[in-house]
Amino acid sequence: MSQINRLAHGGRIDRSKPLHFTFNGQAMRGYAGDTLASALIANGVRLVGRSFKYHRPRGIMAAGAEEANALVQLESGRRTLANQQATRIELYEGLSATSINCWPGPNFDLMAVNSWFHRLMPAGFYYKTFMWPAAAWKYYEHFIRRAAGLGVSPKLPDPDQYDQMNVHCDVLVVGGGAAGLAAALAAGRTGARVILADEQAELGGQLLGEQAEINGKPASHWLAAGESELAGLADVTVLKRTTVFGYYDHNFAGMLETRTAKLPNGGATTRQRLWHVRAKRVVIAAGALERPLIFSDNDRPGVMLAGAVRTYLNRYGVRAGSNAVVFTNNDDAYRTAIALKDAGVKGVCVIDTRLAPHGELPTQALQAGIAVIDNSTITGVTGKRRVQSVEVMTLNADASGVIGPARTFPCDLVATSGGWNPVIHLHSHAGGKATFDEARGLFIAADTLQASACIGAANGEFQLNDCLKDGFRAGRDAAAKAGFKKASRRKLPTAAVVDEAPARIIWALPTTKPIGQRGKHFLDLQHDVTVADVQLAAREGYRSVEHTKRYTTLGMATDQGKTGNIPGMAVLAQALGVANPGDVGTTTFRPPYTPVTLGAFAGRNVGPLADPVRMTPMHHWHELAGCKWEDVGQWKRPWYYPKDGESMADAVNRECLAARNAVALLDASTLGKIDIQGPDAAEFLNRIYTNAWSGLAIGRCRYGLMLKEDGMVFDDGVTTRLGENHFLMTTTTGNAAAVLGWLEEWLQTEWPELKVYCNSVTEAWATLTLCGPNARHLLAEFTDDMDLSADAFPFMSMQEGTVGDIPARVFRISFTGESSFEVNVPASYGLALWTQLFNAGEKYGLTPYGTEAMHVLRAEKGYIIVGQETDGTVIPQDLGMQWILSKKKDFLGRRSFARPDSARGDRKQLVGLLTGDPDMVLEEGAQIVAENRNNPPIPMIGHVTSSYYSANLGRSIALALVSSGRDRVGDTVYIPMPGKVISAEVTTPVFIDPQGERLHG
Amino acid sequence: MAEVEKPVKKYSLFSLARNALSFHQNWEKAWRSPEPKKHYNAIIIGGGGHGLATAYYLAKEHGLTNIAVIEKGWLGGGNTGRNTTIIRSNYLWDESAAIYDKALQLYEGLSQDLNYNIMLSQRGVLNLAHNLHDVRELKRRVHAIRLNGIDSEYLSPAQIKEMIPIIDISPSIRYPVMGASLQRRGGVARHDAVAWGFARAADARGVDIIQQCEVTGILREGGRVTGVETTRGTIHAPKVGIVTAGHTSVLAAMAGIRLPITSYPLQAMVTEPVKPILNSVVMSNAVHCYVSQSDKGELVLGAGIDGYNSYTQRGSLHIVEEQLAAVCMLFPIFSRLRIMRKWGGIVDTCPDASPIISKTPVEGLYINGGWGTGGFKATPGSGWAFAHTMARDEPHALNAPYALDRFTSGALIAEHGAAAVAH
Repeated sequence: MSQINRLAHGGRIDRSKPLHFTFNGQAMRGYAGDTLASALIANGVRLVGRSFKYHRPRGIMAAGAEEANALVQLESGRRTLANQQATRIELYEGLSATSINCWPGPNFDLMAVNSWFHRLMPAGFYYKTFMWPAAAWKYYEHFIRRAAGLGVSPKLPDPDQYDQMNVHCDVLVVGGGAAGLAAALAAGRTGARVILADEQAELGGQLLGEQAEINGKPASHWLAAGESELAGLADVTVLKRTTVFGYYDHNFAGMLETRTAKLPNGGATTRQRLWHVRAKRVVIAAGALERPLIFSDNDRPGVMLAGAVRTYLNRYGVRAGSNAVVFTNNDDAYRTAIALKDAGVKGVCVIDTRLAPHGELPTQALQAGIAVIDNSTITGVTGKRRVQSVEVMTLNADASGVIGPARTFPCDLVATSGGWNPVIHLHSHAGGKATFDEARGLFIAADTLQASACIGAANGEFQLNDCLKDGFRAGRDAAAKAGFKKASRRKLPTAAVVDEAPARIIWALPTTKPIGQRGKHFLDLQHDVTVADVQLAAREGYRSVEHTKRYTTLGMATDQGKTGNIPGMAVLAQALGVANPGDVGTTTFRPPYTPVTLGAFAGRNVGPLADPVRMTPMHHWHELAGCKWEDVGQWKRPWYYPKDGESMADAVNRECLAARNAVALLDASTLGKIDIQGPDAAEFLNRIYTNAWSGLAIGRCRYGLMLKEDGMVFDDGVTTRLGENHFLMTTTTGNAAAVLGWLEEWLQTEWPELKVYCNSVTEAWATLTLCGPNARHLLAEFTDDMDLSADAFPFMSMQEGTVGDIPARVFRISFTGESSFEVNVPASYGLALWTQLFNAGEKYGLTPYGTEAMHVLRAEKGYIIVGQETDGTVIPQDLGMQWILSKKKDFLGRRSFARPDSARGDRKQLVGLLTGDPDMVLEEGAQIVAENRNNPPIPMIGHVTSSYYSANLGRSIALALVSSGRDRVGDTVYIPMPGKVISAEVTTPVFIDPQGERLHG
Repeated sequence: MAEVEKPVKKYSLFSLARNALSFHQNWEKAWRSPEPKKHYNAIIIGGGGHGLATAYYLAKEHGLTNIAVIEKGWLGGGNTGRNTTIIRSNYLWDESAAIYDKALQLYEGLSQDLNYNIMLSQRGVLNLAHNLHDVRELKRRVHAIRLNGIDSEYLSPAQIKEMIPIIDISPSIRYPVMGASLQRRGGVARHDAVAWGFARAADARGVDIIQQCEVTGILREGGRVTGVETTRGTIHAPKVGIVTAGHTSVLAAMAGIRLPITSYPLQAMVTEPVKPILNSVVMSNAVHCYVSQSDKGELVLGAGIDGYNSYTQRGSLHIVEEQLAAVCMLFPIFSRLRIMRKWGGIVDTCPDASPIISKTPVEGLYINGGWGTGGFKATPGSGWAFAHTMARDEPHALNAPYALDRFTSGALIAEHGAAAVAH
């Protein structure tokens, strides 16, 4: 197909660089500098897709981010992108795009049957039907889902990468049009750190689509000079293809940069980058969006925004039609009429809703021989797949209807303009207010809590000369407020001032029948929301603009109502009889301004980097030993070490037996370690832990239990007194950060008078736990400065010395009930010592053991694991740990024991369970009942918290929390599982060495 | 019980067709916009789902129709219109299972009961486990829920993959999927429709729904409530229910009651619409992700709470980034889809992550709040039980455990693990 609509000259495209692309499989050509939309228009393509609900044929209606119709599926396979606006896709060689939401294609779409039933499908029709029979809804829904949904998701993982940047700046300028570029120049000249972000590939904004002049020369000269000056300023960063998508509290902005001209393909770099910007000042120069006039069948392919038509001519050198009607309520669209006429478009005429337009631009148009039909409106559009003609009639006195004869104008392009709306989205994101300018029918930014200002067209300044002035003033002002006051004596650029007459605001233009009874007046083209829908919502009592939005889905499509929301809000006001549409208000603008890729939000926190992996110093030894890993928080912990051919059970049994019969070694480095120092450290521990700490001797260890204010167990661990004012606390692996936070919260907010300092030292130490009867013998080979005998080194004490010539702290503490030595060495020595122990340990039967064996061993002794035997509802008494509650002092959580619920007789208590079948291992989490049945509902009396096969006991064991459990010891309880009921005897929770002889040995 | 019946124009395919002939000019208002009267038998402060449901069930079940729902903004505009529309009753504790399943049962007949299609879509809710601790906890829940007579299954990774082919269950991802609980009766519903359906049905039974009317004070005399001060004048009533999620503490303070509630921003978002790709609701507590696909084709995603107290209905960007990284981990094909809109609401959370549906020390004053991050799914059950409480001046067995005094008695209902949102 040839580029039948391409002009021979003009525009910013490069005719020396042709690009090939396909649309719906058809080969076409465009030029470098084109968007897909401009190239499609150049190739004479009118029909781009089908609408969401009625599947009506739709074409291109805009030239930028406000495009509601022309959505395409870009490319296929892994790099496919759904719902892309053709107006924002820069053309590249080989581009392949297809229409969405139609089958088999946009010209003939089977789903267009929907439009036959359109009368049955007003706003919210689905709330009123599909209710009978009740069970049928899921079938109805199936078809509704299939019909909805626009484009298709990729089916394969994203091959591209995304990254993120964090920056601070003095002035962030949003938008690189005339006002934004001026602001960036003014701020940059003061030496301030400036970021200028613009969504397009080129700076210039609306200037790119106009024939404007600055300082008497084409505006492109000023643009080029400005851009080059910015490039020379060291502290100015210009980011193109970068949309400031969200504005958050404390002048924090999110920006999405597309880092490649070829939208779908990141190539060698990251595809997109999400910027986090903290700016001292933000200048919002985001421009304005043209709004369409709302008339009957205003969705036909070929009905476009007047400004967009101009942009296609001036920027891309394409004619959007060969026979055009301009339909306007303002002077600005006359620029389009004149430009069309100049480009050789036939029959250009202007339909103006105003009576006798007489401004500078209409006068120019008349002089150029363009017919102007005043005080009139389009009452109908013919041509389903492309506009063929418009019907025009005269407006009556109050514009509520039409009078006189109908005239028909053949045309293939209708360029409409209902005026321009400032882009106040960002201002609104961060809580800024807006006021309605009734005369001009637009919202203007008002009060804000942020250090920001809206300028230029974004502030309702539509004269280029005003935008320039405003920009320089705002740039200087923002820099000054950020502390940069250097004055510039340069002469400011100027542009000619064109006198423009006021617009005539008629929100919904009448036709020969009441609205909704002849054609459709579309407000939201993408979601097929019409004026009649909004009127229906109002009639049915959905009076709030938020109700109307939700009931009709106005403004909820991918364009978020950039063209339809303001007219929709005004139509609602009329329907409600509210004189000032500002009183109805807008819906809240929500980020992002334009859609942002999930991948960009995720940044590099995907794949292996989704969350940091914490590894102990011995990690690689474990890996080489072939261990299976358990994720505990961010840590990787060895779960068990299977040998060739071993099942998990084989390996765990072997490790457990070694720990009780020979010697086994655990990497316990992940346990939280908090160094606590200060003259009030002991007092602090007295308050944090339930037991007393003041009397603990230096070099002695004590087990402590930490409760939340509600008396529930929060964490446990052994704390050792290293000096008079110095303790080392250990915490569970998963809770280490939470415990440190807890300590700090109390120190900083409740007990600031205590002189105590807490420091996480978890990663400073490697912890090697030797466990079993041979532990002492093995360790003795490695130290000559510590007496390891039971008398000299009793249980719950600590010695400092050397192990394998490495300075070490050795703790005689145990989580297995065996004689154990926890050797702590500086982290960097961990692997060396671990390896040395294994080199020497073979003769003692040294075996590495993982977390699973650790869990079995501690369960054999009835030791709890916080988070397994506890769940935030367990008090120490439930665990049989009354002994650890000091009666002499106060501690966190103590007061809660006065609550009646703490004294309730039927509380769940920690017990042991032994199944009748010793090989039956209960499922952890299984529920316990008192009755031998399996037909729910059944009252539950508790649940299995831990359950293992114990090789040391030659049978299964379990721990459980059971209501009045200690009174039930000896009773039989039942564990109903799907398909069977298991019985078990309640026992005390200690299965091995209840006297603790092994521990102390 | 005397029911005030009023002719309702019933919604049906037939009425839709009949109205189509008159260009939909003749639909009745879904609800009136009455001026507040001077006196009602009961006032409900808060026109969200729970408040409207309360009014509906007060009228329907207890014959109390001279009542008003007073709403500061527009009905359904708080958390009812801001949540991720998930409905389920897979709660651990008996007390929770009872009230959430009551809600689910009511939901199952709600479209017909209200004659308003709330689009309940029981596509199944999966909660994923990513470590051994998760597995243990999920199994505990699955067993407990089953023994409470509620549908509940445990799925292996292979079974998950069969149900949701696009999920990544490979062991090589940072936090592999190790299993999931499944409640097949769980799913989603159209959240606005729940509010509107209750509003329309309550209005039809004579309830006055008064929007744009802010309560500024709660009137009391001798320890009992007598009415409310509003921006539209004083309104008297012997019974007042506070159902103002996001501002429960603020309203309670007007009656001199201090609640153990903290309020946080919670964000949610939707992607651009795509053709059906995800049929079930997938939630993960450990990596913090919950996602479903709406009938319109958008992925509906929920983030975690912001870690500070706030009444602004917007949250921080980094919370959203964490959530979406988790989504990309589980569903790497979604990485190229785009977020179209994100927003925030304010959640009132109690120390035990369970709600308050209770009488108060002020006679005639009742509170329903503190639903934290998960109130939507409870809407009909909550309203049903609260209506009972207000009508009879005593809690129903379903909500008796949710009394205010549990914070002094210690009989808490600790459901921290039940929410997909980490508290």
